[in-house]
Amino acid sequence: MKITLTINGERREVDASPWKRLLDLVREDLRLTGTKEGCGEGECGACSVMLDGEVVNSCLVAAGQCDGRTVTTVEGLAHGDVLHAVQRELVACGGAQCGICTPGIAVCAAHVVDRGLIRGKNDHEARETVRALLAGNICRCTGYQLIVDAVVNAARETR
Amino acid sequence: MSSAYIRPRSLAEALDAKAQHPDWMVLAGGTDLMVNATHRPEPAGILDLWRLPELRGVTMTDVLTIGAGTTWLEVEHHAAVLERFGPLAAAAREIGALQIQARGTLGGNVGTSSPVGDSLPVLLAFDAELELASAARGRRRIPYREFCTGYRKTQLAADELIVAAHLRPPATRTRTTWRKVGTRRAQSISKVMGAAFIELDGDVVTRARVALGAVADRPIRIAAVEQAVTGLALGAKAAEAARAALRSAIKPIDDVRSTATYRRDVAENLVARFFS
Repeated sequence: MKITLTINGERREVDASPWKRLLDLVREDLRLTGTKEGCGEGECGACSVMLDGEVVNSCLVAAGQCDGRTVTTVEGLAHGDVLHAVQRELVACGGAQCGICTPGIAVCAAHVVDRGLIRGKNDHEARETVRALLAGNICRCTGYQLIVDAVVNAARETR
Repeated sequence: MSSAYIRPRSLAEALDAKAQHPDWMVLAGGTDLMVNATHRPEPAGILDLWRLPELRGVTMTDVLTIGAGTTWLEVEHHAAVLERFGPLAAAAREIGALQIQARGTLGGNVGTSSPVGDSLPVLLAFDAELELASAARGRRRIPYREFCTGYRKTQLAADELIVAAHLRPPATRTRTTWRKVGTRRAQSISKVMGAAFIELDGDVVTRARVALGAVADRPIRIAAVEQAVTGLALGAKAAEAARAALRSAIKPIDDVRSTATYRRDVAENLVARFFS
C-alpha cells in the first residue's frame, strides 16, 4: 500500500506492506539507519522513535498504521549542526558505549526532557524519575549512571 | 501477497469490516500482536482500530468507562482513575514501560486475555463489565469474569469488537489493592500479580473480591479466599485464612519465568498481605 508520512519534518511517500514494521520502513525504505533493532520484541527500546508525539518501539508498529502520521527518529533530534541538549549531554557525560541502545535512549530522553516530565524536588528524585521514564530502554554496557547524568543535565539546561 | 489494510473512520465502519472479514487481525497498539512480527505469517488483512475516536478515552459518571482503544498512558494519568481506581492506575504504570504504555490498550489486554495480562485481575476485582458490539446484533454487556473462558479463549464472537469496560467505583469503606511480582519493575512479564476489592464494616470484611494472574490458565477470581475472609477482621487471622484457602484454589505452572512452587509461595503471600 502507499504510505505517506511526515518523517523528521519531511513528507515522504513509500510503497510497502502494511504489515512491515515501522522499524524496517525507516531503515530500509527511508534509509534512516540511525534507528537500531535490538530485540524485535518490544523489550529493549533500542528502536524507539516518536510517533505522533509519543515514544514507541518501532518494531511493534505496523507500517500501515503510519499512513498520515508524524514520525521523528534520532536523525530528527538535532537542528542542523546543533545537537539536542540530550545528545550534547550524552556526549559530554560519556553516556554511550557500543551505541546500539543510544539512538533509542536519545529519542526517549529527548521526549521526556522536551515534555518537562523530569521533575523532582532534588537531584535524587530527578534521577529516580529519569530511571523510571527510561525503564523501557535497556543498555548492556554503561550501567546507566552516565546516561542518567546526561539526561538530568539536559533537563536542567532545558528548564 | 501483502496484507489488506483497512482503517475505519467510525465504529459502524469497523463493525461492518469485522463482519465481512472475521479472520483479519484486529490491531490497535500492536504491543502484543507485532512481537516478532518478521517471524510471523503476514495476516490476510489488518483492521486498524488505533485512535478510532469512538473507542478512545476515559469518562467518569456513576461508573468509570474506559474505551477499548484507550492506552495505558491515558488510563494512568486520568484524574478519576488516580482518585478512585488506584489498582488500575498501578497496573497501568507497571505494564511494560513508557513505550508500551503509549501503545498498549485496554481492548488489547482484554481481547488477548493472556493469564499474565496485568490489568485483568483488576477488572476481575472490580467486577468490571465489558461492552461488546457487532453490526448484526448491536451492543451487549458481559461481566469480565464470564468473558475469558480458558487459555487465551474468550466469549468474543467472530463478528464482534470490544468497545469499552465499565467499572463501578468503590464505596468509602473499601480497601482496594494491587501488587505485581516480576524480575524487574518495568518491562518484565509478571510471575504473579493480583488485585483485591475489600468492602469493610469497621475492620470486618463484609465482602471481598480477590483475583490473581499467572496462577492458572486465565486470570481468575479466588472464591475460596473471598469466602474464607468474609466476617473476619483485617489482621493476622484473616491473612492466615486467606493463605490457607488459596492453597487448593490455584494451579500455577513451571515455565521460563518462574516455577510453580515459587508462584504458589508468592501468591499466598500476596493474598495474606491483602487482608493483613
